[in-house]
Amino acid sequence: MGSKPRLTGYRRPDGSMGIRNHVIILPVDDLSNAAAEAVAKVVPGTLALPHSYGRLQFGEDLELTFRTLIGTGLNGNVAAVVVIGIEPKWTERVAAGIAKSGKPVASFSIEGKGDLQVIADAARVAQIFLQDASEITREPATEGDLIMSIKCGESDTTSGLGSCPTTSEAVDRWVAAGGTVFFGETSELTGGEHLIAERCIDDACRNLFQQTYDNYIKVIESTGANLLGSQPTQGNIAGGLTTIEEKALGNIAKTGSVPVVGVLAPAEAPDRKKQGLYFMDTSSAAAECVTLMAAAGAVIHLFPTGQGNVIGNPIEPVLKLTANKKTAASMREHIDLDVSGLLRQEYNLTKAGDMMMEVIERTVNGRLCAAEALGHREYTFTKLYISA
Amino acid sequence: MAKVPDFLLHHDGDSVAVANDDLQPGTLEGLSVKEQTKHTAVLNHAIPLGHKFALKDHAEGEAIIKYGIKVGIASQPIKKGDYVHTHNMRSYRWEASRA
Repeated sequence: MGSKPRLTGYRRPDGSMGIRNHVIILPVDDLSNAAAEAVAKVVPGTLALPHSYGRLQFGEDLELTFRTLIGTGLNGNVAAVVVIGIEPKWTERVAAGIAKSGKPVASFSIEGKGDLQVIADAARVAQIFLQDASEITREPATEGDLIMSIKCGESDTTSGLGSCPTTSEAVDRWVAAGGTVFFGETSELTGGEHLIAERCIDDACRNLFQQTYDNYIKVIESTGANLLGSQPTQGNIAGGLTTIEEKALGNIAKTGSVPVVGVLAPAEAPDRKKQGLYFMDTSSAAAECVTLMAAAGAVIHLFPTGQGNVIGNPIEPVLKLTANKKTAASMREHIDLDVSGLLRQEYNLTKAGDMMMEVIERTVNGRLCAAEALGHREYTFTKLYISA
Repeated sequence: MAKVPDFLLHHDGDSVAVANDDLQPGTLEGLSVKEQTKHTAVLNHAIPLGHKFALKDHAEGEAIIKYGIKVGIASQPIKKGDYVHTHNMRSYRWEASRA
């Protein structure tokens, strides 16, 4: 008898792996949310992913929306996809992008048919996809099969002291075992961006990182706005963080000590043969960032929080940890791991890392995290500029 | 079990420390996380868990050091033991960001 595998997941036709087995109903645009949600109601067990955009976008902003939609369908946590859009052309473009993976995909457009006909047609296919997906079984997996993402939120000073260093332990262990990890939050490196630049694996990576960072900050600074209350947020300030630089150093404390091997555009998938820690150009807003990382293939997310962020994602489990003992008590239903004992010197960082890895393994193997159990499914697109 | 430190600092040499619980004014015992060095300090104000106080005097415009790195500047003079937050500290990178 073989021993039980440490990690398990679902293998997809393109070789990628996931830790969940969702059949999703993916609207291309805001107008198709109603039909998508109706399909998920008549075929319970499928998951609709409503969102707010997809109309009249153009240029790079439109490309990012396509990349987000297609990337969501390609994610290893997704078994099959029903795409619904108002017009056939963009609907078919999204479906074709996902179909390249070999996954079951079907697409439906609403114009000329109306919601009710589309709901009926799409529901028939969704039912078959769901029944077929239910036969896919878990296989042994390794860290190299499963992309992890990290992003913190409603941070406070306990984040930089406890929950972020604990995440850092997990990042180093995941990468050492052959895995890939994404971090992002471009504006939230301000004051510590040189620390990330120093960790870039070569000059090409470093130059791309610096250019990406500078471009993002140029947009923010060109507004001339007082960002106090936005970045850092009111929650950050309530938790004792005063400046962007102080927040950034806490943020960076979660990125491990391994080199940065690449820089990704928002929702850009990494080269699957080049594993390690990647920086992705993202907003620091939780739902936007996690949505982009899931669209790039991340299947499990670590989310350190201080004051208590409640974010989840429809397809990527978002594990939350805190080192703030008040948050661990007052918002316990949202917290998957309490590491406040680290600040009380009850155990060291290695032990906190062990605790983190145990929660990660259980989540990978199927245990629902708090955000999944509570139905947090924030699917939030990043908009680069106005629509036409 | 050893006593829980009243405050934590990231590195020896940091000019501010973080309250490890809701704290009242008075003499406190702390610990640096990196070097595991014991520190003592006298706190001038009551501050909540996670908020900061000064471990040294800061002149207006002087760097505030945490993680061994400059994380802001004093927007007004800060005395050793004083509460440090948006009322007396600001970003040096984002000039427009101030209370």
